[in-house]
Amino acid sequence: MIPKRWEHFAHDADIGVRGIGTTKGEAFEQAALGLTAVITDPQAVEGREKVEITCEAPDDELLLVDWLNALVYEMATRKLLFGRFEVHLNDHCLQAQAWGEKIEAARHQPAVEVKGATLTCLHVGQEDGDTWVAQCVVDV
Amino acid sequence: MDTSLLTRKSEHEWWIAPFGKMRVPAVIYASEALVRDMDPKVHEQVTNVAALPGIVKASYAMPDAHWGYGFPIGGVAAFDPEQGGVVSAGGVGFDVSCGVRCLFTGLKREEVEPVKKELADALFYKVPAGLGSTGRIRLSDAEMDAMLLGGARWAVERGYGTPEDLERIEEHGCMADARSEEVSQQAKHRQRDEVGTLGSGNHYLEVQYVAESFAPDVAEAFNLHVGDVVVSVHCGSRGLGHQIGTDFLKKMAIAAGQYGIELPDRELACAPINSAIGQSYLGAMRAAINCALANRQVITHLARQTFAEVLPQAKLSLLYDVSHNTCKVEEHSVDGERRRLFVHRKGATRAFGPGHPDLPAVFQATGQPVLIGGSMGTASYILVGTHEAEALSFSSSCHGAGRSMSRHQALKQWRGQHVVDQLAAEGILIRSPSMRGVAEEAPTAYKDVGAVVDAADAAGLSRKVAKLKPIVCIKG
Repeated sequence: MIPKRWEHFAHDADIGVRGIGTTKGEAFEQAALGLTAVITDPQAVEGREKVEITCEAPDDELLLVDWLNALVYEMATRKLLFGRFEVHLNDHCLQAQAWGEKIEAARHQPAVEVKGATLTCLHVGQEDGDTWVAQCVVDV
Repeated sequence: MDTSLLTRKSEHEWWIAPFGKMRVPAVIYASEALVRDMDPKVHEQVTNVAALPGIVKASYAMPDAHWGYGFPIGGVAAFDPEQGGVVSAGGVGFDVSCGVRCLFTGLKREEVEPVKKELADALFYKVPAGLGSTGRIRLSDAEMDAMLLGGARWAVERGYGTPEDLERIEEHGCMADARSEEVSQQAKHRQRDEVGTLGSGNHYLEVQYVAESFAPDVAEAFNLHVGDVVVSVHCGSRGLGHQIGTDFLKKMAIAAGQYGIELPDRELACAPINSAIGQSYLGAMRAAINCALANRQVITHLARQTFAEVLPQAKLSLLYDVSHNTCKVEEHSVDGERRRLFVHRKGATRAFGPGHPDLPAVFQATGQPVLIGGSMGTASYILVGTHEAEALSFSSSCHGAGRSMSRHQALKQWRGQHVVDQLAAEGILIRSPSMRGVAEEAPTAYKDVGAVVDAADAAGLSRKVAKLKPIVCIKG
């Protein structure tokens, strides 16, 4: 079994985030860690505050975009970074908790602000049996 | 990009004849070296745009074209609403009205060099930069709406500048037909404390000097002389614009089928101009243009306050303010006929030539200044609009240099402090809240902006006037 993980993939101007897991939910959680990693080291973010997030979309792919955009919105308006996620999916509804803390520029060294998740290289699907992949390009 | 896929019409003009569902040809303006360096995805995206309903003449790519989302960055496309033409959120981008403003200081380089460290520190203290930074203005709901309708004019009315500033901003500082009620509460929330902030990524405020002049008569008309110090600001509509892009990309992706638009890829999400979503987006997008204009105006005010403290003899006045992520209604000649078109410029700068009625009197004889920002530590350029660009590209030119290296690669290759030290040794002072950000923005992670402006000049999209080199860079 392939362990859950996140990775970035190259895009000319921006950056691709890819979450991989044994379930769709795990792939969404890993994609969110990949999103944080665009900005800072996810392991350097402490889980001091919890934010509840719910999204709904017509299909899995738009749901991934919604999920990442909800995190971008929460980060922007609460001045937070997130380091841990728990995602529950039911059809095309997502319920999640994200744990994080206030941005501290000196400690987190945030590289860049994510403007939003795009529909480019957008894909959510099951590959090789029980491996789920959730990915898209985010604009920075 | 494989040049065998293109027909070379002239030294700097490459065509792709319509194939598949393309309604018009695609045209790339670039040198052979720049074309070879372009990602194959530019070919895919520029031809996909050519397949959208109501596109007029051609789908264009500027010399700095690179892989974007939906439209290529460096893409220009005009649509006719009377022929089912569309408007696309991806064709404008998330950072609506991102652009460059250039300010004269009235100072010479030798006056600034002795105090540049003090100036760098003072600007870094005064101008909020980087992720999570907030401005000193906190907007009430009523003030948010006033800002979204008023743009830079709103800022000037509140004391952040003078009425003379407005004449030297596209749209005279205020984009007409903005509709604040089409802007979501989330977008407004994101902007509440972000007015007057630079943002991050490739955005900056730089103190620069005129290093070289290429067209002495135009440089003289623009009042630019070798050794003059200027301030350039590169930023956009902040969180508000980003959220509008987010909101409408999804709405358009869902609604495209309902309008019978067949998209080669979802990322091209668009809606007919004459549709409820199309009109809603245009109203919101114009409000975001005003947000960007207000933002650059407030940053100008902060720069003026800083210079007043450090170099009181300075007088900061505008050369011009241009936006490079927009969709604007313009009249253009197509086959001898004047038509009202919706021109998308995604990472492309409007470049009106001499005599254009929308230009202020001061630029009637020369054409407009076309401001091209470089990356951190590299040169920037001032070009001027041409008559030819009207027929070549709906009066559009390039906007900067694209990345040549991913952020990840850059981070592996450089340490931020090393980049700062190296540039300091070259006389360029960098101030940034994030050393990781500096590493990712290292000068050599970007393509050569000089090659891009040379190609824009040679293709006739705009003419080179002056080269600017940085002294101080405040980086988000």
